[in-house]
Amino acid sequence: MSSLKTPPERPKRNVIPGFGLSMGVTLTMLSLIVLIPLASVPLVLRDYSLSEFWRVVTDKQTIATYKVSFSCAAAAAVINVFFGVLLAWVITRYKFPGRRILDGLIELPFALPTAVAGVALTTLYSDKGWIGYLFSKVGVKISYTPIGIKIAMIFIGIPFVVRSIQPVLEKLDPQYEEAAATLGASRARTFMSVVIPEILPAALTGFALAFSRAIGEYGSVVFIAGNIPYKTQITPLIIMNKLEQFNYPAAASIALVMIVFSFLVLFGINILQSKISEISRGS
Amino acid sequence: MGSKTIKIVLILLSALFVTLMLILPLATVLVYSLRQGWRTFVSCVTDDYTVKALNLTLLTAAITLAVNTAFGIFSAWSIAKFRFRGKQALTTLIDIPFSISPIIAGLVFILIFGRIGWVYPLMEALDVKIVFAVPGIVLATIFVTFPFVSRELIPLMQSQGCDEEEAAALMGASGLQIFSRVTFPHIKWGLLYGVILCTARALGEFGAVSVVSGHLRGKTNTLPLHVEVLFNEFKLTASFAVASILVVIAIIILILRNIVEFRLKREEG
Repeated sequence: MSSLKTPPERPKRNVIPGFGLSMGVTLTMLSLIVLIPLASVPLVLRDYSLSEFWRVVTDKQTIATYKVSFSCAAAAAVINVFFGVLLAWVITRYKFPGRRILDGLIELPFALPTAVAGVALTTLYSDKGWIGYLFSKVGVKISYTPIGIKIAMIFIGIPFVVRSIQPVLEKLDPQYEEAAATLGASRARTFMSVVIPEILPAALTGFALAFSRAIGEYGSVVFIAGNIPYKTQITPLIIMNKLEQFNYPAAASIALVMIVFSFLVLFGINILQSKISEISRGS
Repeated sequence: MGSKTIKIVLILLSALFVTLMLILPLATVLVYSLRQGWRTFVSCVTDDYTVKALNLTLLTAAITLAVNTAFGIFSAWSIAKFRFRGKQALTTLIDIPFSISPIIAGLVFILIFGRIGWVYPLMEALDVKIVFAVPGIVLATIFVTFPFVSRELIPLMQSQGCDEEEAAALMGASGLQIFSRVTFPHIKWGLLYGVILCTARALGEFGAVSVVSGHLRGKTNTLPLHVEVLFNEFKLTASFAVASILVVIAIIILILRNIVEFRLKREEG
């Protein structure tokens, strides 16, 4: 994913053995496990006319799933950037009891199986759950609504943002902030003009990773979403529904849209990131 | 507002977030699983179908780990120790499974081995079942966790350069000797780190496995799928009891991960 270009290299004879073997194994396994399977998605659609493909991917119900997935993932990623910066800041800058546990817990969404997270969040935020009960008292339903989808997406995305920002904050010398403060800058101004520009590329990377994970996420979202067409049906779920109806070309068509979209997101973020690092280096 | 007040507010806000999003879900699993007493919990956990699901999950994780570790080592060796065109493209291709929905990871194997798949006639002739059977579960899990080990090893081996390996090669060491005596001691913690992350995801994979499994209880049900089946049957206590096995595994993995990360940082200086 790095946008850094390697400098032109002088060809040099390498004395280390094993290039042929290791490259052969790498390419064979990559092709068998990833590339050939992925190529089967467009392959299945070879007998499918363009108008049929278009009808399936722009079907009203399918479009509704794009909207739900996209809007929930974007909202969750924005919230994650806010709390990600907060958590990374608190973990790197403050000393307090329980800091190490907090740091270790951040990784929980990576370690906990998504289905377990899904059933736990659904129960916790349902009308009978500990938190859902409190909200139902004031008339807010969380499980089986778009709010629930966002909660699951926040859960799954938070470590991406924290772990992107944390190393940058660790390297950022507090001296700069102190210098800005001694020069009379207010605390808010110091944060805005010294810290934010430094962590912006990392925050953006975290945003993109959390966003693209949330778009594709299934296990933690499926239970809490409730799969109500036009309301809480996410795109991975409609693919699953098409599969259950044995409508393979339709499933493959929507999958193709998702694959293209996730490649575009990664590509766009790569460009954005290299732009930002150019700007910060140039100034 | 003094800096002390800000500090306390920020820490409390972080604690609130972590409690609502991470600690309470964990607590929910444990409390619900024990809600009908210890006896019920034990009978749910030692239930025949649960044990079968656990065995399948462990088998799948073991095969996945072997395949992905081999791939990780070979790919890192070729990418970090040699110069060639298209290196950047190759690393990007390896990362593809991370950017793809697990549902699509399962779907691709249905499209190959399922009834409309181009390999289906051959499999039919050989009388081999891939999808809606164990091989499909293993394949889908391998796909989803494919980049984990190589992604840890490649940057680590690149940062260490090739000087020591070149010296060993010039002194006549074989490839295997160079790897096991020169390279391996430097990368063992990084390798273990990748293996731990890969294990966590392989044990818990749900979406991809759910597509290819067919949910045959006692045959193609992994632990996460078993949690889903019980939950959808409104057997909450049983579902959470099975989930608690996975929670315990997740906590062990988190602790191991932190230990290994600590060693890794110390090694890097």
